[in-house]
Amino acid sequence: MVTVSTTTHTAQDLTAQARDVLGVSRLTNHALTSWLHGLPGVDQVGCEARAASLGTRSIKTTSKAWAIDTAIGMIDLTTLEGSDTVGKVRSLCAKALVPDPLDPTTPRPAAICVYGDMVATAKAALGDSGIHVAAVATAFPSGRASMPVKLADTRDAVEAGADEIDMVIDRGAFLSGDYLTVFNQIAEVKQACGTAHLKVIMETGELVTYDNVRRASYLSMLAGGDFIKTSTGKVQPAATLPVTLIMLEAVRDWRDLTGSQVGVKPAGGIKTTKDAIKYLVMVSEIAGDDWLAPEWFRFGASSLLNDLILQRQKLATGAYSGADYVTID
Amino acid sequence: MPKFEYAPAPESRAIVTIEKSYGLFIDGVFTRPKATFPTVNPADETVLAEVSQAGPKDVDKAVAAARRAYEGVWGRMSGAERGKYLFRIARILQERAREFAVLETLDNGKPIKETRDVDVPVAAAHFFYHAGWADKLEYAGLSASGADVPRPHGVVGQVIPWNFPLLMLAWKIAPALATGNTVVLKPAETTPLSALLFAEVCQQAELPAGVVNIITGDGRTGQALVEHPDVDKIAFTGSTDVGKAIARSIAGTSKKATLELGGKAANIVFDDAPLDQAVEGIVNGIFFNQGQVCCAGSRLLVQENVHDQVVAKLKRRLGTLRVGDPMDKNSDLGAINSQAQLDRITSLVEAGVAQGAERWSPECTLPTKGYWFPPTVLTGVSQTHRVATEEIFGPVLSVLTFRTPQEAVAKANNSAYGLSAGVWTEKGSRILWMADQLKAGVVWANTFNRFDPTSPFGGYKESGYGREGGRHGLEAYVTTAPSTLTGAAR
Repeated sequence: MVTVSTTTHTAQDLTAQARDVLGVSRLTNHALTSWLHGLPGVDQVGCEARAASLGTRSIKTTSKAWAIDTAIGMIDLTTLEGSDTVGKVRSLCAKALVPDPLDPTTPRPAAICVYGDMVATAKAALGDSGIHVAAVATAFPSGRASMPVKLADTRDAVEAGADEIDMVIDRGAFLSGDYLTVFNQIAEVKQACGTAHLKVIMETGELVTYDNVRRASYLSMLAGGDFIKTSTGKVQPAATLPVTLIMLEAVRDWRDLTGSQVGVKPAGGIKTTKDAIKYLVMVSEIAGDDWLAPEWFRFGASSLLNDLILQRQKLATGAYSGADYVTID
Repeated sequence: MPKFEYAPAPESRAIVTIEKSYGLFIDGVFTRPKATFPTVNPADETVLAEVSQAGPKDVDKAVAAARRAYEGVWGRMSGAERGKYLFRIARILQERAREFAVLETLDNGKPIKETRDVDVPVAAAHFFYHAGWADKLEYAGLSASGADVPRPHGVVGQVIPWNFPLLMLAWKIAPALATGNTVVLKPAETTPLSALLFAEVCQQAELPAGVVNIITGDGRTGQALVEHPDVDKIAFTGSTDVGKAIARSIAGTSKKATLELGGKAANIVFDDAPLDQAVEGIVNGIFFNQGQVCCAGSRLLVQENVHDQVVAKLKRRLGTLRVGDPMDKNSDLGAINSQAQLDRITSLVEAGVAQGAERWSPECTLPTKGYWFPPTVLTGVSQTHRVATEEIFGPVLSVLTFRTPQEAVAKANNSAYGLSAGVWTEKGSRILWMADQLKAGVVWANTFNRFDPTSPFGGYKESGYGREGGRHGLEAYVTTAPSTLTGAAR
């Protein structure tokens, strides 16, 4: 069961807070640029080497069992296809409620992640199970729509009962240096979310450099994001270990700076237990154990759940079963 | 109590067979063990094996075997043929990598993750690299055009330290063999086992008898080897004191020498550095191999305006270092190699504290048996403190500050040593300027402790002379003087 705070933020509140963090009387694009470009740079080689070295941790026996159950509980079980139907979404919700029919002790994932028009279906299927419904919004995945459309998209999902909103930032505005537009859009979407939690998708595959990932992370946190998320899953590369490392450093340092904790969600391309464990090692050693909970770390994934279940069965029985012994959704 | 506890993940030691006792490897065969002394596992003080103390007569035999092999086979062999042997050795090292990694960790105390990912693969890489040079020496630009082709010296005596036993062996033997020399090598007293396993590799590769001879023993054996009249060249890696003694003992002889000695490297962090990666570089610079590295970044020079931030980040990072069983795949720091080294580290750190440095270590539980020292940071260190000038050779970082690039250079160069340095800044022009100003054989930019066989390594000042690795490293093993003066059989 995931608990979330129920504070609401207006865009004005968020701008005032941002002025405070930056120490400026007016939040201008110039002020944001100075602040973001004043952050320490990221050395690409060093960052990738650190991520690779954390990937060599050897997680065995009891720690592996703990990691598998923890990872399952952090999954946002996702279907984001044009071909999604009510039947498909109900089926995915049933999977979330009973991830492994052979073992009722298997934990449930944190949330189901769908397009806005499927929120009501998912909400009805999940009932009072405690599993959240997350909806992608703001003209996902490209984000190329006017602000009224993005806000309407968000409100529609919230009104249908979404507990969490996964928005996309305007990468065009970010890359052209218009940080104020990105800030304002996030802050307005945050306001539109009301009590729903806001995950800010930066689409790191389009930001390309680690310096950009760090700046986008800080900008998203400044504008009120409850989570920073790597990717839509529609652009390659999606989540990578080095990108997630930069984001984990950002949330860690942000808490030092402001006292508030922000979550991290890598999404796209995380398919195996081995991968998931590498991410958990990174969470533990970079951000710290405070982030090792579904409130603060999520995996955006679909096929990952079944690999975790297979590995869980292997630990319990000592033998690998196979794809025929896990349900497809 | 952390949420995510890593269960023990020990590497199995079953892959390696350690004999009860070892003889010397002379002329292609092992002698019967005699006058043995124990070699212990520094992580738990158990005896791993007994090895032989080579006396002057043994040194004679080894040098004579090397001379015969040089004059009879190796010195006459074509470079292409020598290269085949080196390639074969390199491949065997790769095939037996796990065996070497486990043995090295047991005998040295360093974590299996380092022997597995660094020592053994880089050692194999040195053999591969030099195998490629064996038939191309004429084209290495070592002699002036029109002059004689470069020729080997003959018999090389090599004495190596305990911090990277197999890797230092590779740095020494690979270029010597590639250039046509034969070798008598003495591994360190406390870490002889990987060299003895390498002797098996030489047999497996069917290297002609006497081309590589390995004699174990303490400093007396090394001295006998260095002073032996029929040795043409000495290659030594180790302490500056021993290096000076070797230089004195060969003065006035025709022996050539390369000495790779101590260091007190400055790792210089500017305020515009990529700080998170700089912290990783600081950790890698001084805690890699428990800081028992001649080029360790033992002096952190940090720009004063980011001192507090860098030290805070560093301390948080050190909280995640895992100190313990070197055979555990998750250990970041293992044991100190010997009681003697542990005593030296302990006394120097105490001297630092007595002179006013502030000592800090993360919380960590050290094993009760074995030789252990926690990762340690000394802040408030001044240039006059012993911990800022003397080589500690342990997991101890001395933190100093500077205000301007000029002051950083002045402080970095204010040392009897000059082996390596690191520069951390996002400004490319400053990296180039610093690299030009720093009196150090290796200058790393936005990284530290990276080794590659193609890159020459060696020191300025009391860090020694000569270079190892790369094209420059070949120079030390060849002569380009007219052949009548050297009498080499070629």
